[in-house]
Amino acid sequence: MAEAQNIPAGATAGGAVAVAAESTVATRMSAPPSFDVADFPVPHGREEEWRFTPLERLKGLHDGTAKADGAVKAQVDAPEGVTVESVTRDDERVGKAGTPVDRIAAQAYSSFEKATVITVPKESVLTEPVRVLLHGEGGTTFGHTVFDIGAFAEAVIVVDHTGDGVRAANVDFLIGDGAKVTFVSVQDWDDTAVHCSQHNAKLGRDATFKSVVVTFGGDLVRLHPRVEYTGPGGDAELLGLYFTDAGQHQEHRLLVDHNVPNCKSNVVYKGALQGEQAHAVWIGDVLIEAAAEGTDTYEMNRNLVLTDGARVDSVPNLEIETGEIVGAGHASATGRFDDEQLFYLMARGIPQIEARRLVVRGFFAELVQQIGVKDIEERLIAKIEEELEASV
Amino acid sequence: MATLEIRDLHVTVEVENGTKEILKGVDLTVKQGETHAIMGPNGSGKSTLAYSIAGHPKYTITQGTVTLDGEDVLAMEVDERARAGMFLAMQYPVEVPGVSVSNFLRTSATAIRGEAPKLRTWVKEVKSAMEQLQMDPAFAERNVNEGFSGGEKKRHEILQMELLKPKIAILDETDSGLDVDALRTVSDGVNRVRETGEVGTLLITHYTRILRYIKPDFVHVFAGGKIVESGGPELADTLEAEGYEKYTKGGAAV
Ligand SMILES: Nc1ncnc2c1ncn2[C@@H]1O[C@H](COP(=O)(O)OP(=O)(O)OP(=O)(O)O)[C@@H](O)[C@H]1O
Ligand SMILES: [Mg+2]
Repeated sequence: MAEAQNIPAGATAGGAVAVAAESTVATRMSAPPSFDVADFPVPHGREEEWRFTPLERLKGLHDGTAKADGAVKAQVDAPEGVTVESVTRDDERVGKAGTPVDRIAAQAYSSFEKATVITVPKESVLTEPVRVLLHGEGGTTFGHTVFDIGAFAEAVIVVDHTGDGVRAANVDFLIGDGAKVTFVSVQDWDDTAVHCSQHNAKLGRDATFKSVVVTFGGDLVRLHPRVEYTGPGGDAELLGLYFTDAGQHQEHRLLVDHNVPNCKSNVVYKGALQGEQAHAVWIGDVLIEAAAEGTDTYEMNRNLVLTDGARVDSVPNLEIETGEIVGAGHASATGRFDDEQLFYLMARGIPQIEARRLVVRGFFAELVQQIGVKDIEERLIAKIEEELEASV
Repeated sequence: MATLEIRDLHVTVEVENGTKEILKGVDLTVKQGETHAIMGPNGSGKSTLAYSIAGHPKYTITQGTVTLDGEDVLAMEVDERARAGMFLAMQYPVEVPGVSVSNFLRTSATAIRGEAPKLRTWVKEVKSAMEQLQMDPAFAERNVNEGFSGGEKKRHEILQMELLKPKIAILDETDSGLDVDALRTVSDGVNRVRETGEVGTLLITHYTRILRYIKPDFVHVFAGGKIVESGGPELADTLEAEGYEKYTKGGAAV
């Protein structure tokens, strides 16, 4: 496959540490983070942060022409003890976890009417997930959701996106000291939907955050999962799985900012692509700031290209400002399921569809097992099968 | 009794500046229970013959027929050929990332046998077959051929042959890259399948060495894209003594 880029794996640990002279993460942004959309220039497409994104398919989210004229049917299933509020933007919890880093995130922030705040009180250990079902009913919508997780609380949160529409909405996580949160965001949109979202997680001391981003649907999906720490002992695991079909653009731009000492992060994103003009973009930025001694981080992106005509851009980026760390590494690889592999499996009696299924299932298996939410794992496997059936 | 018949087989491949004919009229009949050795110099088209019978998409059949018990093999998809009882042990087995050997073997056995083998007996079957081929049980959890040494790949091919019990097995240079001990182990594996009397074996090789362990009923000399001489096992001895020179001289060469 001529087009897919294959970036060799690299790793830095202990003594061998690369010190970034100038942060490429900072220079890559067209403007400093801001809540005000007016602080961002309208992108023209050649900017580093926009160069992979087909702007013409954003339906005006990037240039201010998208107006809130649509609807999303929202359903929240909150276990006992969990509160759900609708608040205005001056609520102090809104925007506290992070600041928009691009024009669309700022547009979402500037445009939502009411934000939803879902609170898990401190020390409450949920036995059932909090489920948010968002079903797009067409048109453009903006939104903002805050999950406020009290100290030592434990929660699994599943946000499910289905239906059609153009949506820009950010999701914040305020995670108290010692809390444990698993967040699953499923993008199972119709193939016409557009979805942009910045996920901001702010971790307290000794907090654990596991984010699972699953992207199947949409014409264009562009997500920014981001993590920062406010105290030592924080542990973030960012898992991602995407299945990019013909014509789809799915972009995941991650940032883990190690700004305090002794925190951990582990990023694993895996994607399968098939069909003409399937395009997956993965940008993985990990910063280890000077203060972040004792950091332990690893990030990996793997792609499996199943057919010709698909394209992958994978850019891992690790910036290290201190040598006093436990470990830091990154890897990116794009492999192709090629005719020789197919021939080998078929020469053992395995039909073509089964051969593809075997390879893709194997590719995702380990990642799916790490999710730890049974019904999501099962649904993912079923969904992967469905995508494969559709392809052959 | 299963019979593979190859008649006047012509095969081409696409090369940079056009089409190149590699097989130029191959005739051969292999019956269940028989072992045929095909010997020939490098580049004479032995692997092309093997791949063409198995249905590799790179090769175009321009003339001739291949039938298995009268059924048109060339009309079958690659997987159908395998399910019809054909097996190809490849000269260069392919790595398949993400798929474990155990998963691969089971999926394949399920496809070939038409139903999933009973788990308990299956596990035993695989384990004992691996033991006999002196394969570490850890291989079951590794990805198919990924990081296998040359010899390990060949053992893995023969493991599949033992488990899939084909009617016709084509072994493409299964002996190359094996040291003497490995050669013996692998040959024993092939012989176990042969002793059932239910497989017709087409043993492709460059050297006579393997024929000390796997006794052929027939030996064919392959040169310039076709069989140029056939005989009994004694033909191998002649080749051992005289080499391929007399077949590659005078225009018969590739
Ligand atoms: N895809 C291809 N493109 C171009 N040439 C090919 C292709 N496949 C085979 N050939 C050529 O066809 C001829 C026969 O190749 P083949 O691999 O069948 O030989 P072989 O007898 O198996 O040789 P060896 O003993 O080295 O395994 C060689 O000249 C080879 O270069
Ligand atoms: Mg060969």
